[in-house]
Amino acid sequence: MNNTEMTPSSTPWFFACQVGDVPRNGGVCVKRGTEQIALFHFARTDSWYATENLCPHRRQMALSRGMTGSAGEMQEPKVACPFHKKSFSLLSGKCLSGEHYQIKVYPVKVEAGNVYIGKDPIRQDIDASGEYLECAS
Amino acid sequence: MKKIIVIGNGMVGYKFCEKLVAKAVKGSYHMTVFGEESRPAYDRVHLTSYINGTSAAELTLASEAWYESHGIDLHLGDPARKIDRTAKTVVTEKGLELTYDILVMATGSAAMVPPIHGVEKTGVFVYRTIDDLDKIVGYAAGVKKAAVLGGGLLGLEAAKAMVDIGIEKTYVIEFAPKLMPRQLDDTGGAVLRSKLSALGLRVHTRKHTYQVLGKDRITGIQFVDESELSVDMLVISTGINARDELARDAGLPTGTRGGIVVDDTMRTEDPAIYAIGECAAHGGMIYGLVAPGYDMAEVAVTHIIMHHLDGEKKQRLFTGFDMSTKLKLIGVDVASFGDPFLTADKAQHVIYEDKVNGIYKRLNISLDGKYLLGGVMVGEASQYNNLLQYYKNNMLLPNALESLVFSEQKGDKPAGMGLEGLPDGALICSCEGVTKADICQAVNDGHESVDEIKKCTKAGTGCGGCVPMLKDLAAITLKAQGKAIHMEICEHFTYTRQQLYDLIKLEHLRAYDEVLEKHGKGDGCEVCKPVVSSLIASISNEMILRQNNDTAQDSNDRFLANIQKGGSYSVVPRIPGGEITPDKLLTIGTVAKKYNLYTKITGGQRIDMFGAHLSDLPLIWKELIDAGFESGHAYGKSLRTVKSCVGSTWCRFGLHDSVSFAIKIENRYKGLRTPHKIKSAVSGCIRECAEAQSKDFGIIATEKGWNLYVCGNGGSKPQHALLLAQDLDSDTCIRYIDRFLMYYIKTADPLTRTATWLNKLEGGIDYLRKVVVEDCLGKGLEWEAEMQAILEHYECEWKAAIEDPVIRKRFSHFVNAPEERDPTIEFVAMRDQKRVAEWQ
Repeated sequence: MNNTEMTPSSTPWFFACQVGDVPRNGGVCVKRGTEQIALFHFARTDSWYATENLCPHRRQMALSRGMTGSAGEMQEPKVACPFHKKSFSLLSGKCLSGEHYQIKVYPVKVEAGNVYIGKDPIRQDIDASGEYLECAS
Repeated sequence: MKKIIVIGNGMVGYKFCEKLVAKAVKGSYHMTVFGEESRPAYDRVHLTSYINGTSAAELTLASEAWYESHGIDLHLGDPARKIDRTAKTVVTEKGLELTYDILVMATGSAAMVPPIHGVEKTGVFVYRTIDDLDKIVGYAAGVKKAAVLGGGLLGLEAAKAMVDIGIEKTYVIEFAPKLMPRQLDDTGGAVLRSKLSALGLRVHTRKHTYQVLGKDRITGIQFVDESELSVDMLVISTGINARDELARDAGLPTGTRGGIVVDDTMRTEDPAIYAIGECAAHGGMIYGLVAPGYDMAEVAVTHIIMHHLDGEKKQRLFTGFDMSTKLKLIGVDVASFGDPFLTADKAQHVIYEDKVNGIYKRLNISLDGKYLLGGVMVGEASQYNNLLQYYKNNMLLPNALESLVFSEQKGDKPAGMGLEGLPDGALICSCEGVTKADICQAVNDGHESVDEIKKCTKAGTGCGGCVPMLKDLAAITLKAQGKAIHMEICEHFTYTRQQLYDLIKLEHLRAYDEVLEKHGKGDGCEVCKPVVSSLIASISNEMILRQNNDTAQDSNDRFLANIQKGGSYSVVPRIPGGEITPDKLLTIGTVAKKYNLYTKITGGQRIDMFGAHLSDLPLIWKELIDAGFESGHAYGKSLRTVKSCVGSTWCRFGLHDSVSFAIKIENRYKGLRTPHKIKSAVSGCIRECAEAQSKDFGIIATEKGWNLYVCGNGGSKPQHALLLAQDLDSDTCIRYIDRFLMYYIKTADPLTRTATWLNKLEGGIDYLRKVVVEDCLGKGLEWEAEMQAILEHYECEWKAAIEDPVIRKRFSHFVNAPEERDPTIEFVAMRDQKRVAEWQ
């Protein structure tokens, strides 16, 4: 899969927080103007993911407080909303609980102990093979 | 290709088609079906539900497309009019003439109309088909009084329909001295009568109807004794007559009481003609139920197929059918099986009669006391399936006959026969003729759920009465295979909760990540994380947010508060036993006012404060803790409250000080993590003001001490707690609770309340009593010591949280703007307080 297609090199980044501010295997909420971004760290694989903080099911600003985990053979990373446990893929932003919700996912990069989140969401169109887009990490 | 013509498209006619399609080699037969009615075969057993809105389409057994897809020519609204046995042809009303190799008569029956003057008048109906029902419903508008002629099975069904249509007064007229004379003995009939009368039906027995009154339209009926009853409508449902006229015209022999005479293979005198269902007379008997009809269809199909094969297979024969039946008449259970009428010279009787609740049961038992010969049940028939198996399989009865009469208690195994004891040939589904062996085979082939079993064996698709047995048989079969039904907690752990408990304890694991690394895979999920975290907390009782284990907690545990609509949290300090000082009440008032919180008294005798911002939680708790409060664990799967009545210190009835004991109990078990939340209560006397019998463990004062009740709960499926031990002193009572809770913690499935746990526990409350009171496992002292060790580790989680800067840091909404609250949380005013804005 062509990585540059999903994460254009021109993506402007913004500083979110320091690595140590995010709990192991959990999330925090990052404020960017009036936007709320949920940022997650998976300690086992040292992977970072970011999504919008809003759970589309009941429109609650809560995903950053959800339990993270993985699903399926491929151990696809996910988060479960604390309100009604709707799960979302952190790769594709798709709802994994059988409903047609879609949340925005953002690229994340770590440099010198600082965590940066892309200002623009990753394109969510999925290619014909149905594979998930990979997140920069 | 052989040509088969089926005359009649009722339930049995359809069943014949279904079975032939399933069993015959494709392309070996061509079927043509003639039906008199304009719609394809429908479920006549549940005809009455048509009145309540079940559509004709829903009652249909198979659509016209089904017949078409199997190459069956279906001619509806075109009854056969003539059979020419020499030419082997059938001529229909519309003039079709077709030849056959095999002819199947499935013409069914018609309502029997007794010889009463004036039955042709407007407003007199029979109750047999959907068209009949349409006519009845059409006429019923404006009808205030209706009579049903016939107090048997069909008549009472029709009476139910009258009630459902909304007719003010419905009379049931029966010629015999009692209702359901073929199924019930005198007392059974009388009990049914009083139950139906209580439901508003007006029952008249010993009434011989003479004529229908009225000019052209019915105004009433007159009886032979010259009494009269004024009614606006009459529905006749006194029995059935076999539709044998076509066969008789063709010269086939018919029975003395009607019906086309058939042999054990369902063949008539003419080897090319079969008759099945209610039009057939087998051994002089006409069977007016659907199950024997289905059996006849099966026999005919196998005979037709084998007759044209040369194989020497064992022939399936129809040898009569058990007419046992169970049904619900207008909300009243009625069952009759075997020979219900056996007199004292032929059988011994076990009779139970409860006039208060209208329950009557009679069992006829062989003179040697060993076998069940028949019986009657009115008002309560939950044991019917069990009893029928004893009867049909000629099984030895247990010594404790009361277990056959009384319905089993929840959680108790039936004291009599288990399904394990049934022979393989026992018929489980009599509608479809499915045996125990068929069902076990289906389960062994991988059809493990009731739905799959239904699909593959058809068991449970008729009356549905055997569905609970299907479920139990599946469980028994799976157990025999060594398969547990809920084996793994989720995709990340191939262990049960009980196995993980042992692993965590033995290996001294203290964090979710350790457990995942050693025994699981992937990154875990929202199912296994809370389970494992709860186990770790149950075993070590360490403050749950330490050990890097905070993000493995369930969402509410992670922030030590319950998240509410909108994203704010609730604050619930512990108020043991519901006792609180005026000073503490003032503190709650002051804090709630300062942080603008909504306050409410809870069902568990404490005070909830709602609408706290995440970042305010540590500040709020700091003030509460300074005033002497502790966490109330309202967010945890742990002890919630121990409710109490005011007890002997104030109450003039109180036997002991229930408040002091409740406070002692609540302080003892506070912070204990359990598979699900647990609640308790202590009442000072049997008036039970604390509602202890609705709790996971409840205590009630007696003259001599305390009675301990366990495994009750409110919630969506309320269940009363059961008495575990009586007249205990306080220390023994606490020891038993220790053992009870440890046993529950160690063995329950995830998120299982004590009531559900007990329901699944083999041996039920009796076994639990053996474990806890009699210490049959020899674990009592060990568990008490374990509990003691857990409880000694108690610390207030909120005190620990606000004193630990690392933990405290997590209580902010924005990681990069910790001082700011979530701007999306909205409140609106309501009754002098606030509430959260509605979901968007």
